Amino acid sequence: MIKRDAEPFLWVLFSAGGVMSGMLMPALLFLFGVAYPLGWLMPPSREHMRTLIANPLVAVTLFGLVFLSLFHWAHRFRHTLYDGFQIKHLEEVIATVCYGGAIIGSAAAAYLLWHAR
Amino acid sequence: MPDIPAYTDYHPRWLRRRVSTYWWLGNWSYFMFVMREASCLFVAWFVVYLLALIRAVLQGEAAYERFLALSARPWMLALNLVSFLFMMFHAVTFFDAAPRALVVHVGKTRVPGSLVGAGHYAAWLVVSAFLFWLLRGT
Repeated sequence: MIKRDAEPFLWVLFSAGGVMSGMLMPALLFLFGVAYPLGWLMPPSREHMRTLIANPLVAVTLFGLVFLSLFHWAHRFRHTLYDGFQIKHLEEVIATVCYGGAIIGSAAAAYLLWHAR
Repeated sequence: MPDIPAYTDYHPRWLRRRVSTYWWLGNWSYFMFVMREASCLFVAWFVVYLLALIRAVLQGEAAYERFLALSARPWMLALNLVSFLFMMFHAVTFFDAAPRALVVHVGKTRVPGSLVGAGHYAAWLVVSAFLFWLLRGT
């Protein structure tokens, strides 16, 4: 199912996704998930957010973040189930759900960001 | 002459000990290993959350306000707090592993691993500060 030759390529996506999510997500999650809801900081206005998302540089960064982070998740989750929990008989189903989910999520991000221009 | 073993259709029982599904609960470092692997679930959750945010911003003022209100619900706040802790754990473990995965050369000399690690942390700090500035309240 997953060819041996695809493994290094998938690992590169996993690795890049790990770095990119590590760089961007803690701050984003702290702001939107914790600081704004608790009233520690004022959230940006919708207009400000709209302008940001329409910026090509921001859009490309966001797409990269979504794409790489999803492949990071897919790869790590697949290997945890396969190697860590020894779920070997469902290998093909797990791989399809993981990488398929990553592709669908990336397509959704591309669609949203394309319409944000 | 040694006897030739009799041929049978059955292979001998493999010498494999069955490992419990909960093998990682008894040992602290195994537990941390599984928690580190589990952090990817929160990475995936944040992608879903981020896509919902982008969608709300595109839909308009009311949808954006609804998204902010949803984020302030206790269960959502709790989920995002836990996600934030896992995300910090993910970032730290990933940046700590970076010097072992990434070998950087300048000319012919190898950049020491500690410098590669420090570079990741410095970049993290700069990127986070930039995001705080970019997403300041208006």
